[in-house]
Amino acid sequence: MALLEVNNLEVSFGLRQGAVKALRNVSFTVERGERVGIVGESGAGKSVAAFSILNLISRPGEITDGEILFEGQNLATLSDKQMRSIRGNRIAMIFQDPMMTLNPVLTLGQQMVECLQAHRKISTADARAIAIEKLRQVQIPSPETRIDQYPHELSGGMRQRIIIAIALLLDPVLIIADEPTTALDVTIQAEIMELLLNLCDSNNVGLILITHDLGVVSQITQKAIVMYAGRIIEQGPTKEIINDAQHPYTQGLINALPQQTVPGQRLNQIPGSMPSLQAIPSGCAFNPRCDFVMDECKTRLPEFTRSGGCSVACHMVRAMKQNPETVQPVDSSEEVK
Amino acid sequence: MSSDVLAPAAAPSRWQRFKDSQLVHSFSRDKLAMVSFTIFVLYLLAALLAPLIAPYNPYDPSAIDIMDSEIPPAWQEEADERFALGTDAQGRDMLSTMLYGTRISLMIGICAVMLQMFLGVMIGLTAGYFGGRIDSFLMRLADIQLSFSTMMVAIVVLAVFQAAFGAELYADLAIFMLILVIGIAEWPQYARTVRASVLAEKHKEYVDAARVMGFKSSRIMWRHILPNTLSPILVISTVQVANAIISEASLSFLGLGMPVSQPSLGSLISSGFEYIFSGSWWITVIPGIVLVVLVLVMNLLGDWLRDVLNPKLYKG
Repeated sequence: MALLEVNNLEVSFGLRQGAVKALRNVSFTVERGERVGIVGESGAGKSVAAFSILNLISRPGEITDGEILFEGQNLATLSDKQMRSIRGNRIAMIFQDPMMTLNPVLTLGQQMVECLQAHRKISTADARAIAIEKLRQVQIPSPETRIDQYPHELSGGMRQRIIIAIALLLDPVLIIADEPTTALDVTIQAEIMELLLNLCDSNNVGLILITHDLGVVSQITQKAIVMYAGRIIEQGPTKEIINDAQHPYTQGLINALPQQTVPGQRLNQIPGSMPSLQAIPSGCAFNPRCDFVMDECKTRLPEFTRSGGCSVACHMVRAMKQNPETVQPVDSSEEVK
Repeated sequence: MSSDVLAPAAAPSRWQRFKDSQLVHSFSRDKLAMVSFTIFVLYLLAALLAPLIAPYNPYDPSAIDIMDSEIPPAWQEEADERFALGTDAQGRDMLSTMLYGTRISLMIGICAVMLQMFLGVMIGLTAGYFGGRIDSFLMRLADIQLSFSTMMVAIVVLAVFQAAFGAELYADLAIFMLILVIGIAEWPQYARTVRASVLAEKHKEYVDAARVMGFKSSRIMWRHILPNTLSPILVISTVQVANAIISEASLSFLGLGMPVSQPSLGSLISSGFEYIFSGSWWITVIPGIVLVVLVLVMNLLGDWLRDVLNPKLYKG
């Protein structure tokens, strides 16, 4: 049984203009100890997906369909109290901005001890000892003194380590990291990612890494999920996706990486921008920006096609699979202006 | 885990940390704040120790001689060396009466503000955190409360109470009634301030993080959000204590506050008012100065505190 199995998840936000579906038909699995990356532009629904796993979507948003099976339990239907015993305890979350995630008026020790005591019957001294141990694991120097400091006394990278330590406090089986390095400077990003990778690896913790940085995904994760306008458009083993992306959108993302251009040349970009969730084009949501658009793309939603280890939602890929001669092979960035 | 790991090895003590804090640092730089604080502490000491340091007990009728009435302060002619600041119309020593009066004024001010704070924080926190209908209901309640001025509510309530239960019972309960009336009339100040800060705080990521850690709403409200709203609470508290003291003085001046037998600063000012034209100015003016200095000092402290606790002003 997979650790986490998300089936046909649909999340919508009831706005004045009517319900807006932020996630549609999202299905994926995370195995125990597996690292999964969710990639997409801003607004693709990555963070909503993360929050919906913890059942923490704030109103007017709600899960309108589908199930989230975590260790066999459907999180979408759990009561608040049952859910609280899972949050922080079995599934932990790491946020983007370490400057904002720690409570400024409590010392690190108070926050960590509180977190432990919320889930376990444990004395303050024992909780402190565990907290110090976890701080040591994330390589905080002299944790015994650091633990009595306030968040503002630490640097950004140090705070993100603390947050990772807090996430690990209760030995969760799954960590959801929502762009954990975006707010950090580049030199520290690699350090933090490596730390996260090692800790997940050595403790056999599953990781869902939400990011728009394909470089990070390729280094850290075993499986990648590409999202566009609230839907998964391609998922499969990270290596295959990075080396041989099938969906034109994924290809665009990879071409947009600065490494893909010769110095001096303009950076590649995908023309246009992601549609507003209130005005998603009919058929494949990517069709107005796609260079390989066909008539079918504008009318009918593409279903998933297997391609190697990946599954891709694209009419062209399916057509190519069925009848390789009739369709022009997907060429690289030359056609993309 | 061995016990030496648990010991906060080089962690500074609480006192050390307090001494190094921004608050103390800024305080030691600011002469005005230091002077204000010193005067305020003197007031507090005078109020607390009134029974010990006052030369006479103004509440003891047997110690009062009507023949001593309206003796001017020591530096005037016709002064009596027994009464440094003169006596009032009933022959009470002004110094002792004012010491006791300050005690009453401060007590009413502080207790009323504690009541305001209790009500305001509870209501503001609930309204801000839960939002929606609860918020609308509680805030409309605050609007209604604010649309009656404090003085109007106080005058009506106190006058009705005095008329219904007689002046004698009123004299016994006056201090509680004043605390209650001033406390209840001004809670919306707190509720609005707290609600506004809660609204700002609750969308910060640390609140999300607290929810992700699986804490209960009540815990997030009281332990995570409330401490982050403390600085505005502290700032308005100083101003509100000053306001409450003024309200009490005004009510006493109107004859609805403390009875003449147990005068607060306000009722002293009021009782001397009738004699001001017969030349006994000190009965009104001296307690007036004492009151003005007290309120001024508290407002100055409040201003200073607001500047120190507002990170935008010194970190920007």
